[in-house]
Amino acid sequence: MSRVPDFHAAKWDEPVIMEMGRPGGRGQIFPAPENEVIDSVGDDLIPAAMARKDRPKLPEITEFEAQRHYLHLSQMTLGMMGISLFGTCTMKYNSKTSEFATLRPELSEVHPYQHEDTLQGVLGIMHEFDGILRSLSGMDQFIFQAGGGADAAYTMTALARAYWRDRGMLGQRTEMVTSAQSHPCNPATAAAAGFKVINLPLEENGYPSLDALKAAVSDKTALIMLNNPDDMGIYNPEIKEWVRVAKEAGALCFYDHANFNGVMGKLSARELGFDACMFMLHKTFGAPKAGGGPAVGAFGCSNDLAPYLPTPVVVKDGGRYRLDEDRPKSAGKVREYWGNVPQVVKAYAWARGMGAEGIQLASDISVVANNYMDKRLSEIPGLAISNPDVKAHRMEMTRWSLGPLAEETGIGTVDFANRMADYGIDPWWMSHEPWIVPEPFTPEAGELWSKEDIDLWIDVIAKIAEEARTDPETVKTAPHNQAVAQVKGDVFEDPSKWAMTWRAYQRKIVGSGKTERGAA
Amino acid sequence: MRIGLIVNPIAGLGGRVGLKGTDGPGTVAAALARGAEPDAGPRTRRALARLAERLPGAHLFAAPGRLGAEWIEGLNLAVTLRDPDTDTQTARDTRLAVEAMADLDLILFAGGDGTARDVCAAIATSQPILGIPCGVKMHSGVFAVSPEAAGALLADILDAPDRITWTNDAEVMDIDEAALREGHIAPELYGHARVPIARGRMQASKGGPRRNWSALLEGAAAELVAEMDPETLYVIGPGTSAGAVMHAAGHTPTVLGIDAMLGGNLLAGDIGAAELERLAGDRPIRVVLGVTGQQGFLIGRGNQQISPKVLAKAGREGLIVLAAEDKLLGLAQPRLWVDSGDPGLDAKLEGFVRVRTAPGRATMMRLSAG
Repeated sequence: MSRVPDFHAAKWDEPVIMEMGRPGGRGQIFPAPENEVIDSVGDDLIPAAMARKDRPKLPEITEFEAQRHYLHLSQMTLGMMGISLFGTCTMKYNSKTSEFATLRPELSEVHPYQHEDTLQGVLGIMHEFDGILRSLSGMDQFIFQAGGGADAAYTMTALARAYWRDRGMLGQRTEMVTSAQSHPCNPATAAAAGFKVINLPLEENGYPSLDALKAAVSDKTALIMLNNPDDMGIYNPEIKEWVRVAKEAGALCFYDHANFNGVMGKLSARELGFDACMFMLHKTFGAPKAGGGPAVGAFGCSNDLAPYLPTPVVVKDGGRYRLDEDRPKSAGKVREYWGNVPQVVKAYAWARGMGAEGIQLASDISVVANNYMDKRLSEIPGLAISNPDVKAHRMEMTRWSLGPLAEETGIGTVDFANRMADYGIDPWWMSHEPWIVPEPFTPEAGELWSKEDIDLWIDVIAKIAEEARTDPETVKTAPHNQAVAQVKGDVFEDPSKWAMTWRAYQRKIVGSGKTERGAA
Repeated sequence: MRIGLIVNPIAGLGGRVGLKGTDGPGTVAAALARGAEPDAGPRTRRALARLAERLPGAHLFAAPGRLGAEWIEGLNLAVTLRDPDTDTQTARDTRLAVEAMADLDLILFAGGDGTARDVCAAIATSQPILGIPCGVKMHSGVFAVSPEAAGALLADILDAPDRITWTNDAEVMDIDEAALREGHIAPELYGHARVPIARGRMQASKGGPRRNWSALLEGAAAELVAEMDPETLYVIGPGTSAGAVMHAAGHTPTVLGIDAMLGGNLLAGDIGAAELERLAGDRPIRVVLGVTGQQGFLIGRGNQQISPKVLAKAGREGLIVLAAEDKLLGLAQPRLWVDSGDPGLDAKLEGFVRVRTAPGRATMMRLSAG
């Protein structure tokens, strides 16, 4: 049993920065321009029509006070350096070495509109990383334009549209087939691209049946989009036959590698028969996540599909790299420029640092760690693994249920998540939609965490399970050791209470007299 | 484990002839007059044949004659009679038979919601029961998904108890049939019973993210109406999901009854099997159905007016199924059940159907005959 820490978050109880400071407070006081400067550039650089009439309503605060405020805010969050077995997200350490690589002026001071001749270094890294992903997938060409996994899934649906239109069959090939626990962006992006969505439910063995796929595909199927393992953590051993059946019906096959960690280096999407795949560099390849911001969905495909890729594609001609924009069959761009290049460089640094053997070893560790975690979780009364009759080992993550404990005590997965924060542990990931087990949670041990970290995480879960029986009220009303108490969830479903800007806050909350900030 | 058998021989009589149920002597007479044939006995025999096949020589207690023992004759099962000394063809028979079996470990009964109610009223709350599905209405959670499934469940109880879980809170529900014939659904809860359940996957959570499932289903119904072939007869089954298609076409559906549409128009409302077969004639036919909650019945629960003949004409390809995605996720097992009354047809219908859940969205569901 680990020593569960007696944790308490910092609580500074400061106003928001817009309410701080005093008249005349400044971060920097710049001297007035010297006469020589005025003589040289003039004093009317901003056209009158564009110059603002009022002073900006910024807080009048010193640089030191601003720094202190943001330090306090950071102290009041759990941050991303705690223990976070956050399933489906493949939490990894984002190394400082990778960070330093992207701070170098060769990268930080270039712009995508520069001439290719001045971008040979960064283009070279992208081309080499393309090669690494090719060797992990068997595909023929990767691009990095997509700003995340869902964007890469959308790239696939855009390619499928272009591919079938090119063959005059877009009117016939109108359907996309996926499975119920695949990455939720698969049905969403297919629908956005105009395809009908056919879902295959999980059956008794924990994944959809081949019979269901056979009944679903036809000469109307444009593509299938699959994860394997999906979010239940169970590997579908019939995957090769799945691809064969789909291809026999003429469909394109896309392997969404959102859950790549448990199989990286172990299988090749192309060898399994897939036409295309995608990797999330901000998950599997050690680049930082950023809440829908600078992520990368690396999209790769076969030579048959490559003509339809978004442009530009980084290619090597002789000893020189160039950006190929002249691709007449291209599906168009899914995003501007060539992608979040610093993320690509970080992922490249990770892959080079790990090496082929290191990637294999990391995959092994992630599966072993997850199975160790499963074993220990199964010893906690009230927790239930999904598909208990499936004897196959789970891969890098496992869908669990608090159903029995919830029936016994009334304490569910949201209560647990809130209480975990009281021990300085990041709340767990519950489940993507749809929730197919009651009170779900989905831990993923990964290769980063030490045995001690995993043990502590599990011991906190065991402790909360015990609290659910002995002191349910404390769990129900958690968190108690955090900077902010339990947040009333209804705020999130009422746009009239959302305030993303200070102006909206003034209008919606202060103006209406509703001064509560959503905290109990 | 001592098991007692009680059959309500007239259960389900009203179903095929569109009477919504068989409660009360007047209804029995009306059903017989419309040509209904009792089949609770033969269905009981199907269940027991499965038990005899799995566990030859298994022992049962049974009420005499057509209240039980008659349907065991010729099967490789041992029987001890428990004589309730009655045969009035009323609910009294069921109640007296149950009282004569008060010391047994499980009462196996054949009937529908009405019978379940009578059984429930006469037993101690701790005495387990299991229903062989033979009624028209089966809203109660005490029935096996098919007669054969009931037989298999019994065999598991006797032979492989680890495949069984037990619940104490299966709902015993019934609907006032007279009100239903007037078009009102008035389901009432009559109690809870202890029942065995085949271990399936865990059931879906009620606490998941909220969605407006009914709006999505209305969209699916509108999409279907837009796709309708003007020459095809559309048989609209009972329930709100199938009823959404009627609403989308501008009609008012019959509550828990069968309607027929042709060329976008309502051809006939609240029809029985004979009229439906007549309307079908030589036309192409498609059958629009919903799914019962939790159990996942597609055919054979509350829609017996859609006879095996009509279903055979439509075939699996002719079935159009609508259900909200959360209902599919909440099924006890990830499949839909057919129990048309014709085992041969049921076997033919096995396979997969596309269940429409929203505009442009469908889920493939396995159809099983139990």
